[in-house]
Amino acid sequence: MAKYGKNARAIGGLVRDAEVHRDVYIDPEVFELEMEHLFPNSWIYVGHASQLSKAGDFITANIGRQPVVASRHTDGSIHLFYNRCPHKGVKIASEPCGNTGKFFRCPYHAWSFKTDGSLLAIPLKKGYEGTGFADTQASGGLSRIRNVVVYRDFIFARLSENGVGFEDYFGESLSTIDNMADRSPLGKLAVEAAPIRYMHTCNWKMLVENQTDTCHPMVAHESSAGTAIKVWQREQGDSTEKPMAVQLYGPFMSPYEFYEQSGIRIWPNGHGHTGVANSIHSNYSDVEGYLDQMVAAYGETRAHEILGEVRHNTVYFPNIMVKGAVQILRNFIPIAVDRTLVESWVYRLVGAPDKLYERALMYNRFINAPTSIVGHDDLEMYERAQEGLKTNGNQWVNLRRLYESSEEPDVTAVINGTSERQMRNQFHAWAKFMTMDMDQGVGAAE
Amino acid sequence: MISEKTITDFIYREADLLDTMQWQAWLDLFHPEGRYWMPLEWQQQDPVLQPSLMYEDLMLMKVRIERLAGERTFSQKPKSRCHHLLQAPQILACDPAAGIFKAKTSYIYTETRGDTLERFSGWASHDLVQVGDDLKIRLKRIDLVNFDAPFGNIQLFM
Repeated sequence: MAKYGKNARAIGGLVRDAEVHRDVYIDPEVFELEMEHLFPNSWIYVGHASQLSKAGDFITANIGRQPVVASRHTDGSIHLFYNRCPHKGVKIASEPCGNTGKFFRCPYHAWSFKTDGSLLAIPLKKGYEGTGFADTQASGGLSRIRNVVVYRDFIFARLSENGVGFEDYFGESLSTIDNMADRSPLGKLAVEAAPIRYMHTCNWKMLVENQTDTCHPMVAHESSAGTAIKVWQREQGDSTEKPMAVQLYGPFMSPYEFYEQSGIRIWPNGHGHTGVANSIHSNYSDVEGYLDQMVAAYGETRAHEILGEVRHNTVYFPNIMVKGAVQILRNFIPIAVDRTLVESWVYRLVGAPDKLYERALMYNRFINAPTSIVGHDDLEMYERAQEGLKTNGNQWVNLRRLYESSEEPDVTAVINGTSERQMRNQFHAWAKFMTMDMDQGVGAAE
Repeated sequence: MISEKTITDFIYREADLLDTMQWQAWLDLFHPEGRYWMPLEWQQQDPVLQPSLMYEDLMLMKVRIERLAGERTFSQKPKSRCHHLLQAPQILACDPAAGIFKAKTSYIYTETRGDTLERFSGWASHDLVQVGDDLKIRLKRIDLVNFDAPFGNIQLFM
């Protein structure tokens, strides 16, 4: 039974000012509609240009559930296609990354395509003469995705032909990506290794919401971060220098007051970040030589400005989170209504000391790995919610913390850091990008 | 005198301590500078500037073990259990004069919690050192055959 169909009013009814209906997390039909509307209408992260450093380099990815391949063409430009041969649908690239040489060659019938996607050759081409082949979509080669923007080497794409432009979609939220890249004395980031992958048996939006949920760390992570502090206090002996590991775990146990004053900033279209005034990343020890490099590259004032901006988690709606201060991007890839693949990438600050990369890699395995005790704490909560939401006693999820009836949608604002407003901001954007290409107000298609 | 059999017995005992959840006795097998390493790349050489699933010293392992018993460790309600099925260890070095003892053991590891059961395959490599009459673990390295696949929670030790 289709409860929601293409009915914008029914979808809109799932999101109230400060509550959302449980079907946004557990209803397979809503998930299908997200794949059909929300992901194509949004700008989605595909990969990083440093993964395509040479002509012929390619990466594969998914936009929602649509397999795509990005490639570096001989002229240096980056192109994005749906990952299927126009002939019989075979994926032309099967690995996460690689180099295809001068062209892609389908392994089934040897149709070949230039790295800009255009059709290069078909064996026995005579067999297509006079068949009307030139008028088919197949003759155009790989199906291109035209709305692609590479911003500071971050590759984003929007599958829908029409929709909100890149600049309007992200607006000032791009400042977090800027800050992450600016932290390299050369202003450049590089992907040097595969991401840590972690399968979650929960809806993808639970992960996104958790990124700006500042009232859970001292509760859910008492078991991990709390124990880390306890063991360190007992075992430190005469040591005065906190090891890097304790510096990374410890701040998770900061009290509510810390998060309250550190603030949250929201932006239009569902983007927002925690850690405005300061953050859990503020008090890491200095890395020798780094500040001098930054001052040499940017000047005293600008270098301190860049390093003084220590944001916590920035959500780029709908499904990535960026941590500029530790150079990590988490990609929450939807697989099914109750299944999400999390890929956590670390970027190396090009030209910066190794110690910063070491710290970023350590943070990533402490927090974002299937072997991470902090990850275990969080996944347990998501799994319990995925089960608990099936109960019929209450069908609504409450997002009312620090709600004010005067809240305007799609604005920029800095607010108390324990507010759930960024979650409300995300769901406002969710309803908008879900329904923008649906018929308005048609009756439910039951 | 440490023989090949001493090494093999040590490895069997280590797995048994994990399977019977004698965590403190297991930790006592490590040298104070010991490490537990789960690489994330094929034949990975560098645990520091290449990504790993785990690269932990004794303090971090203690944190894990104390966490398992924590009153507010909700991901251990119910508790996990594990089972190691080991192939006979392959002795790579047994040189008491040089103090070098190395073995590689193929294994199947099972971790269960509640109604779920996950199974992993790989190789455990032990770098051991002699301390007094005993062997201690300098490095236990876990190479999963599918290190690049996405896993759910792995909460115990392989």
